[in-house]
Amino acid sequence: MPQATFRISRGDSATHSEFKDYAVEISEGMVVLDAVHLVQMVHAPDLAARWNCKAGKCGSCSAEINGMPRLMCMTRLSDLDLSVPVKIEPMKTFRRIKDLVTDVSWNFRVKEKIKKFKPRPADNADGTWNMAQRDVDRVQEFRKCIECFLCQDVCHVLRDHQKHDEFIGPRFIMWNAALEMHPLDTDDRLKELKDDNGLGYCNITKCCTKVCPEHIAITDNAIIPMKERVVDRYYDPLGWLWSKATGT
Amino acid sequence: MATEFEVYEHDVLVIGAGGAGLRAAIEAAGSCSVGVVCKSLLGKAHTVMAEGGMAASMGNVDDRDSWKVHFADTMRGGQYLNQWRMAELHAKEAPDRVRELEKWGALFDRTKDGRILQRNFGGHRYPRLAHVGDRTGLELIRTLQDHGIHQGIKFYMENTVVSLVKDGDRVVGAFGYDRERGRFKLWRAGAVVLATGGIGRAYKVTSNSWEYTGDGQALAYEAGAELMDMEFIQFHPTGMMWPPSVQGILVTEGVRGEGGILVNNQGKRFMFDDIPDNYKSSTADKEEEGWRYVTGDKNARRPPELLTRDHVARCIRREVKAGRGSPHGGVFLDISWIKEKVPNAPEHIRKKLPSMYHQFKELAGIDITTEPMEVGPTTHYMMGGVRVDPDSQMTNVPGLFAAGEVAAGLHGANRLGGNSLSDLIVFGKRAGEHAAKWAKENGRGTVDQAALAAAEAASLKPFEFGGAAENPYRVQHDLQELMQDNVGIVRVEEEMKFAQDQLQLLKDRAAKVGISSHREYNPGWHTAIDLRNLLLVSEAVTMCAIERKESRGGHFRDDFPAKDDAYASFNLIVKKGEDGQMVMHRRPIPPMPDELKQVIEENK
Repeated sequence: MPQATFRISRGDSATHSEFKDYAVEISEGMVVLDAVHLVQMVHAPDLAARWNCKAGKCGSCSAEINGMPRLMCMTRLSDLDLSVPVKIEPMKTFRRIKDLVTDVSWNFRVKEKIKKFKPRPADNADGTWNMAQRDVDRVQEFRKCIECFLCQDVCHVLRDHQKHDEFIGPRFIMWNAALEMHPLDTDDRLKELKDDNGLGYCNITKCCTKVCPEHIAITDNAIIPMKERVVDRYYDPLGWLWSKATGT
Repeated sequence: MATEFEVYEHDVLVIGAGGAGLRAAIEAAGSCSVGVVCKSLLGKAHTVMAEGGMAASMGNVDDRDSWKVHFADTMRGGQYLNQWRMAELHAKEAPDRVRELEKWGALFDRTKDGRILQRNFGGHRYPRLAHVGDRTGLELIRTLQDHGIHQGIKFYMENTVVSLVKDGDRVVGAFGYDRERGRFKLWRAGAVVLATGGIGRAYKVTSNSWEYTGDGQALAYEAGAELMDMEFIQFHPTGMMWPPSVQGILVTEGVRGEGGILVNNQGKRFMFDDIPDNYKSSTADKEEEGWRYVTGDKNARRPPELLTRDHVARCIRREVKAGRGSPHGGVFLDISWIKEKVPNAPEHIRKKLPSMYHQFKELAGIDITTEPMEVGPTTHYMMGGVRVDPDSQMTNVPGLFAAGEVAAGLHGANRLGGNSLSDLIVFGKRAGEHAAKWAKENGRGTVDQAALAAAEAASLKPFEFGGAAENPYRVQHDLQELMQDNVGIVRVEEEMKFAQDQLQLLKDRAAKVGISSHREYNPGWHTAIDLRNLLLVSEAVTMCAIERKESRGGHFRDDFPAKDDAYASFNLIVKKGEDGQMVMHRRPIPPMPDELKQVIEENK
């Protein structure tokens, strides 16, 4: 059987790490995660890597493959150049715990701070609501998100500028959008988006959209509409005059 | 003795953060302090893989539906070995549990008049599954997660429990380690809810992830709880077959619900060849009628592709064995044919089955809107598990509760698709409610420190043996092959007896597995620890499968291919005997009240 070499970044922190090469036998249809499992079984049982569903549905096996943020389970070896070692590294935006596993707990803390869903009173006596499919569609796109955090990883505001305290990243701007556009939600998150969540840091380079394994149009459908709403409310001179004059 | 471990205290401790665990935690958090321990990150549990939907007789699409029909369907699907009380509660409460999700932000697909849309599924008489395309599980787990993080629940992510802590007969906490540092922790609690899911990793071809190693079943067993119906494993008829690395990954029943057909290598739609007697009156005998059913004609009967999963899986195996299979040992599942019937079919398919489209396109290079998929049976679901009281979900061990796949009873010999997600929320809620009540009434209890030290020492054994000793991955691999080949979808006495002997040898090997390096995030070590649980559940499955000398639901015996009434009146129970060996007995099914018998009769 043919072999391929995987150059895997190993170590327990950014300052203590090294690449190690592992050669494994490959077969038709294999993905990078299969290769990592073979390395664990044959060469390095202690190689740390996260995974769960192995079908692109849970968002656990995020890594950087030949420098690109991707899910290991959805990256087929047949799409890679196997004449040279395949480089596998952990996501760089987050602190490395060990090998390919990073500390993504910041994401969970950010989410907790976003105002939760607050529905309008039920439409019907039995406590149910009526919604049109077309109104549900656009939010369903955002709810496809598997929280792999690859968009957070690639975003230069976090990756290069380390603005974790001021900027919530594409994933959570989109989460705000999912709540703001939810047909039943009654709360308002624009002020927080502008003042606390650093929406203005995003300069629409669309890197997040490019790496999204769910192919969600994060920038066009979530971030830009949120920017427009903030602009309409806080920076539109006519709107400002109108609200002054009417006291709204 | 002074404690050497990090200690955490809660009224209720939930182990597992899939649908059942999160729903239990949310319920209990309404009245007490709750901790949730989970092996992975929050939101990654296997619930995300559920695709088709959750069954609830809301009657939004067909108003003839009611809890009575749902109850009767569930019992028929389970071949009447179900705990009827659980099937009754489940059918009655599922609609409220689904509506509650909407209140918490879930966005289901809609009917034309704006209500929750429901789809057809195998074994359900009417369109009953609330769904979001084919990613319903993700919607369920995300909704519970995003609601749960605002309820004051404490989450312990990437922690694994190695034993339950007892005070006399009663469970008073759990003991385990965190993956990041490998440090041991004690969670003291008034009540513990097991919500750890299934055992799929005991098999080679499975739709389950690394986590599903029978942890809850094994923890409960070691604590003195009874396991029931362990012979009943669901092999989902449609797992991916090719390429090899994706073998076993689930292909949703929703494909068939939307009109997908099963075809052999001669182009024949073979499911019409064998329709069981008790489904004859409700199954179409012409292709044309089947199509009318999936497109919403209330007078049409369902196509045979939507018969129960156990039956469909066996029909597929029959075709393959007779040489009529696909090139890689499965059969063909075709949804692209609907272009004959539906204008703009490719777009329709991508809209209805987005993640299936995505999965085949990216993992197999196949466009399901233009070509058929290759599918075959995959280990999917454990009907059996920890025996619980139907109303409270408490096990026979005081203070220990179980809900979801880890618990037994609702599904009997075979689970209907869509009844799993509704199981999670109906019985997750019940478990959380009763665990909170129990914890408040009974307080914390005392902890035996010596038992903790012993559990820690046992868990650290692999480091003593070191990296040159037996490889834990190798033992796990050999176990998966053994169970797949000998206690799989078709079973015979001789092979299972062989498996029983081999399991003893594997136990000896597992006791000597070694691991190099240190405790921090060391998957080899985690695999070594999980092996004990896998071996224990494999032993229970094999023992029960040998004892049930008939074929029923998910349990098919080539040497006893017919159903036998002599086996219709009891469930098999295993538990840890006085001498530490596994013992088995038959537990008679409690008599069903007349009004429920009548419901079944009326819906025959």
